[in-house]
Amino acid sequence: MNLRARLLIFVPYAWLLVFFLVPFGIVLKISLSDIALAIPPYVPTMKDGFWTMIRGLDLENYAFIGAGAVFASFTLLVLAIAMFQILYPRVRRALIPDARYGIFDSAAVALTALAVVVVNIAVLVAVLSFLFPVLSDFVDIPDFLYFAAYLSSLKIALISTLLTLLIGYPIAYGMARSAEHWRPTLLMLVILPFWTSFLIRVYAWMGILSTEGYLNQLLINIGVISDPLVILNTNIAVYIGIVYTYLPFMVLPIYASLDKMDDSLVEAAEDLGCTALSAFWLVTAPLSKPGVIAGCFLVFIPTLGEFVIPSLLGGSNTLMIGKVLWEEFFNNRDWPVASAVAVILLFILIVPIVAFQRNQEGGER
Amino acid sequence: MTHSKLLSAAAALALVAGSAMGEEVRVYNWSDYIDEELLTKFEEETGIDLIYDVFDSNEVLETKMLSGGSGYDVVVPSGTFLQRQITAGAFQALDQSMLSNNGNLWDVIEARTAQYDPDNVYSINYMWGTTGLGVNTGRVAEILGDDAPIDSLALVFDPANMEKLAECGVQFLDAPSEMIPAALQFLGEDPDSQDPDVIALTAPVFEAIRPYVQKFHSSEYINALANGDICVAFGWSGDILQARDRAWEADNGVEIAYNAPTEGALMWFDQMAIPVDAPNVDGAHKFLNFIMDAQNMADASNYVYYANGNAASQEFLVEDVIGDTAIYPDADTLANLYTTTPYDAAVQRVVTRLWTRVKSGQ
Repeated sequence: MNLRARLLIFVPYAWLLVFFLVPFGIVLKISLSDIALAIPPYVPTMKDGFWTMIRGLDLENYAFIGAGAVFASFTLLVLAIAMFQILYPRVRRALIPDARYGIFDSAAVALTALAVVVVNIAVLVAVLSFLFPVLSDFVDIPDFLYFAAYLSSLKIALISTLLTLLIGYPIAYGMARSAEHWRPTLLMLVILPFWTSFLIRVYAWMGILSTEGYLNQLLINIGVISDPLVILNTNIAVYIGIVYTYLPFMVLPIYASLDKMDDSLVEAAEDLGCTALSAFWLVTAPLSKPGVIAGCFLVFIPTLGEFVIPSLLGGSNTLMIGKVLWEEFFNNRDWPVASAVAVILLFILIVPIVAFQRNQEGGER
Repeated sequence: MTHSKLLSAAAALALVAGSAMGEEVRVYNWSDYIDEELLTKFEEETGIDLIYDVFDSNEVLETKMLSGGSGYDVVVPSGTFLQRQITAGAFQALDQSMLSNNGNLWDVIEARTAQYDPDNVYSINYMWGTTGLGVNTGRVAEILGDDAPIDSLALVFDPANMEKLAECGVQFLDAPSEMIPAALQFLGEDPDSQDPDVIALTAPVFEAIRPYVQKFHSSEYINALANGDICVAFGWSGDILQARDRAWEADNGVEIAYNAPTEGALMWFDQMAIPVDAPNVDGAHKFLNFIMDAQNMADASNYVYYANGNAASQEFLVEDVIGDTAIYPDADTLANLYTTTPYDAAVQRVVTRLWTRVKSGQ
């Protein structure tokens, strides 16, 4: 490797060092400190000398937020999903030896796909709900708030990702199947909302969803309901806000993978006796899988730490880790605990981010 | 001196003048808390550009102060928060020689604020007030009858009253450092208690009335009261009086009254102070001196309906303000007011956690 190539490689690593590792190191250091009434509001700092500072660090804040329990349950969850991924193809192969012909089989494939989703969610819910009491016997968690907030964020992120996929896929499919000269316009329409500030769009939803809002007035005027629906300040409003905001992140990657798909493949499948539905499940769906996975991660990852949408549209019952983080920072003014919450959030996010990276590399190969 | 040297000297002079003209003072004050005309007046009198930003929570201000480098020259924390931030070393001592109007200050208030800022070294009082009950008198009389306890904490802490009031709407401040002392007062405990076990006694009080509280928010209740959307708010005196006036102006038949609870009300002080790293210390003192001017302070109070700590300004106050015992309480009420001291980190955590549980049920 010559010098120029080395220099070229050095640039992204320097970027990583300066903009990710250094800030992360600072946050990590604060999370190991103790709260103090000073500027900055924690001790020890570099002012005390480097070694005194290092000696003053401890894991107290992690114990306080129940990091052990969060880690344990999360590891179990990842293991359960990994095991499912290893077992599932074998089971499928055993049950459906040759899933290529006939409408019966394509229906079976569709059912299995549905089953995958259902089983995945069921496992998750089971793990989440049964783990909780079991763990509390073994691990002493001073305050369940943080643990509950991580679980609740995970639940909200998963459900919103699923909803976004259900709405986003047909949109992307419709765009990719439309006439060639229409596609740039449709693409533009998907991107267009980005021209307005994200905050203003979320505020607009407050106007639509409130008890005196446009939606309720419309529904009352056309006689569907007599009493206004309470949507604003509930979790339903949070789901609406997240799905609306992140829809383009789902539509665009799916559209990209569907757009470059060769139409003749579907024609070939139909020539060989597939119905339209089975051709979709056997040809289109697998080919769009990288786009679907990319879209899901692009929605799931930011949603997990989302703060703005739950704080504007959610009620006091909406518990999300982003909001807890904000409260720790601004209401308690406890930077060390806030940093510990953030570090754990980052570790939880590393798994889906690495999975996302794997998927992208797989797509290129 | 050659021609070119003269030119460059002139250019340098112009540069210096240019930067002097660009002098600016950055002030960070509470929202809805000043007559905006005063801001223009300050700019005209001093030629300094005034950049005026607002906040609605002491906690947000403190986070900025404790991070350092906020860029503000004048900030307005409340008493207990001021005391914490002085301990943290966030403020600089005022240079009294630059404050020619300091003779205008009111010793009665200075004696009380000295509890937070000994000898008033770091701050001057801007305004002060009480935390109490804003009531839509017509609606509450309809629901609870003419003998409704509209000047008692029982109005909002007795579940029997709250259950009935829920139908017309009740809002509370989203400020644990104000609401918990009030609940302690209702229980007959020391409102300034720092004992986590005593503070925990308020949890059942809040849990019993939680279902009937429409919202915990520290500024929305002004409009909600004025529009008649809610009929009771537990909030800050001046804000409730602003709601009363907005209702008058709108002439919508809504009548609002403010009462400091007879059991005792929290008295708070908003203090102007200069951050230790303020970019323009001279300008900050000029702004403080401008505010301490009797006429200017009176204009501010006449506009926002809060009492101030400026004795000389009282002759310029309109009767609506100086004559209203809700703003300038009489001696009996004044004796009934209490103050609080800051919580330390461990107690603060208990307080915030209790408040999160009250608000979210988690």
